[in-house]
Amino acid sequence: MKYSGAQILWECLEREGVEVVFGYPGGATLPIYDALDSSTIHHVLVRHEQGAVHMADGYARASGRIGVALATSGPGATNLITGIVTAFMDSSPVVCITGQVASPLIGYDAFQETDVTGITLPITKHNYLITDVHEIPSVVHEAFYIAGSGRPGPVLIDITKDAQQEIIEWEYEEMTVHLPGYRPDLSPSSNDLAYAVQMIHAAKQPVILVGQGVLNSGAMAEVFEFATQTQSPVASTLLGLGSFPADHPLYLGMMGMHGEAWVNQTIQNSDLLLAFGMRFSDRVTGKISTFAPKAKKIHIDIDPSEINKNVTVDLGLVGDLKEILGRLLPQIEPAEHPEWLSQIGSWKQDAAVRDIKNMQDNGHLHAAHVIHDIWRCTNGEALVVSDVGQNQMWTAQYYRHNQPYTAITSGGLGTMGFGLPAAIGAKFARPEKEVWIIAGDGGFQMTQSELSTIVQEGIKINIAIINNGYLGMVRQWQEFFYENRYTSTPIISPDFAKIAEAHGLTGIRVTKREEVEAAVRKAQSLPETVIIDFRVEKEDCVYPMVPSNAAIDTMIRRPVSQADLK
Amino acid sequence: MRHTFVALVEDKPGVLNRVVSVFRRRTFNIESLAVGQTNQPGISRITIVVDSDKTEVNRIIPYMYKLINVIQVEDITYKPRVTRDLVMVKVNTTSENRSEIMKLADVFRAHIVDVANNSLIIEITGDEEKVNSFVDVLRPYGIIEMVRTGIVAMERGAETIFNNYFESQGFQMPVEFKFAS
Repeated sequence: MKYSGAQILWECLEREGVEVVFGYPGGATLPIYDALDSSTIHHVLVRHEQGAVHMADGYARASGRIGVALATSGPGATNLITGIVTAFMDSSPVVCITGQVASPLIGYDAFQETDVTGITLPITKHNYLITDVHEIPSVVHEAFYIAGSGRPGPVLIDITKDAQQEIIEWEYEEMTVHLPGYRPDLSPSSNDLAYAVQMIHAAKQPVILVGQGVLNSGAMAEVFEFATQTQSPVASTLLGLGSFPADHPLYLGMMGMHGEAWVNQTIQNSDLLLAFGMRFSDRVTGKISTFAPKAKKIHIDIDPSEINKNVTVDLGLVGDLKEILGRLLPQIEPAEHPEWLSQIGSWKQDAAVRDIKNMQDNGHLHAAHVIHDIWRCTNGEALVVSDVGQNQMWTAQYYRHNQPYTAITSGGLGTMGFGLPAAIGAKFARPEKEVWIIAGDGGFQMTQSELSTIVQEGIKINIAIINNGYLGMVRQWQEFFYENRYTSTPIISPDFAKIAEAHGLTGIRVTKREEVEAAVRKAQSLPETVIIDFRVEKEDCVYPMVPSNAAIDTMIRRPVSQADLK
Repeated sequence: MRHTFVALVEDKPGVLNRVVSVFRRRTFNIESLAVGQTNQPGISRITIVVDSDKTEVNRIIPYMYKLINVIQVEDITYKPRVTRDLVMVKVNTTSENRSEIMKLADVFRAHIVDVANNSLIIEITGDEEKVNSFVDVLRPYGIIEMVRTGIVAMERGAETIFNNYFESQGFQMPVEFKFAS
């Protein structure tokens, strides 16, 4: 059969199991779009290419499949950059396809020409420039293999317009990948495993730290078995939320800068850290030299470069977490740590009274009330995508996930504006799921234009805007560390309820605590996307907080009156 | 302290850029860089020398392994090795000092590769110490131009320097390549 490069591309994408592509057409992708008609793949027209990558990213995180974004050359490709780094920092498998000017024009500053492979070299797991139509099948196959294997990450394929247009005699053939330097399949030696077993058996005060690697590896059952068998408490990173059920007695909560105080105290006092698929980010460790000083450390990660990168460990086990725990578990004797667990319980004691949701109703609406009610009304079963900032931390604290792959947020890069497009992608991955976005008034406006995408695709998402009239997290830092000088953080927003109406959607404004539940229930009951504009306390802070580069047990706690403490 | 890294990489466009980027991102200044083919078709060998006291220099190897096209990397700074640098020096000559310079070249086992009325090109190969002292000897005559290839290095003895990094780190290599689902 005769195929154009563009037709070959779609055929290859179908063979990789792609069902949906998020993109925006342009001059250098016209042949690709022209060939879309004969493909079974659904194309979602975004309003900005950044939205396309975030959608592909959200799709990947909600499903474990590979998300695909498509953009034209030049500005289309450069608009992808923030989304690509977001996926890169959070190890999310995304394949980005960009059009490039025809190969004879490359290097001549042609219209909409940009050196895309050059720009994306340090922010992709790998990238390709295709100038010859014959390379398309093998490169696409390799790109999907690289994006999804080992430590997942974004891969970019730049295809020249002439390669898209050229017609060749072609038939799809099964391909094998030959990458002599790529080792996604390492596994630890039996000696190292035996050493791990010895350390685990010797531990009196162990704690498991779960990260996104648990989700990427699909090792939830193994981690659960490990935790219950060794009676080890479990703390989670921001991206690990949902990998261990939040309502389990061994679950402590989120660790780090805005983690609960008792979680950080547990880490600081433990004698064995079991780090499962997490990378000891600075938001987790605080000041490195003060981090978990008494603990031996075992670090399991699929990426060898993570071992001893941020925290020096006693034992690094490189490989797939599910496989490694599968090998470890039969060698682990059951253990009990009643004294350790009751010690942790005592650290929890005063935390509950410092929790704003338990304090006396002072007539003010706090974000904690909103998120707690959303959690209650959705039975904790919704897929929740948060944006970045205070809204993100409050969501992590108050929406307690029992199921994996239901908490999605931009962790490593902290990309404001991630929430809305990522939720659209997540909805495409899991259409049966109830999807909620929790965003701030600042971040929401960064990608607000994707509301039109929601309308065009006719999808249902519930959007909760935590509207405090400030860029809240920056304002909080200004309050704590810059003597209340709120420079450029007050922000004027449109009436979000009217924004919803302008899109033919439903908008609700909530200003009182007692209105929250009714608004949430109404949003759940309506068939279309609903925006709820929650006008919350303007100068609330996320507590507790570890100041930057301090030890993680030196936390700023929510101020309480003596009456509250009694 | 100076570190000498040797890497085997796939011979594809852009690979050198990727390798160098690992150093650039972490603000290492590359002192010398040499790239060339190996006895294996499709595989190039890169020798990179950096002078740095940063502890992060020890993490260059795992970072390099993150690159898909990098096959093997080793820091051979502490290994017994042969290092060579090739230099061509164009030096001013007069009819009076030409034979004197040629004798000096002979002492250093350097070769005269070009002779003109008032200049010579001399080629010398050797370890850095020898090359540097030869260059110092020529300096008073007036060096017009100089080019160096940068250091290439090889481990001494029958051992190749490319013992498998992962095996040396205690990781087991599975026999079969596992593909992602």
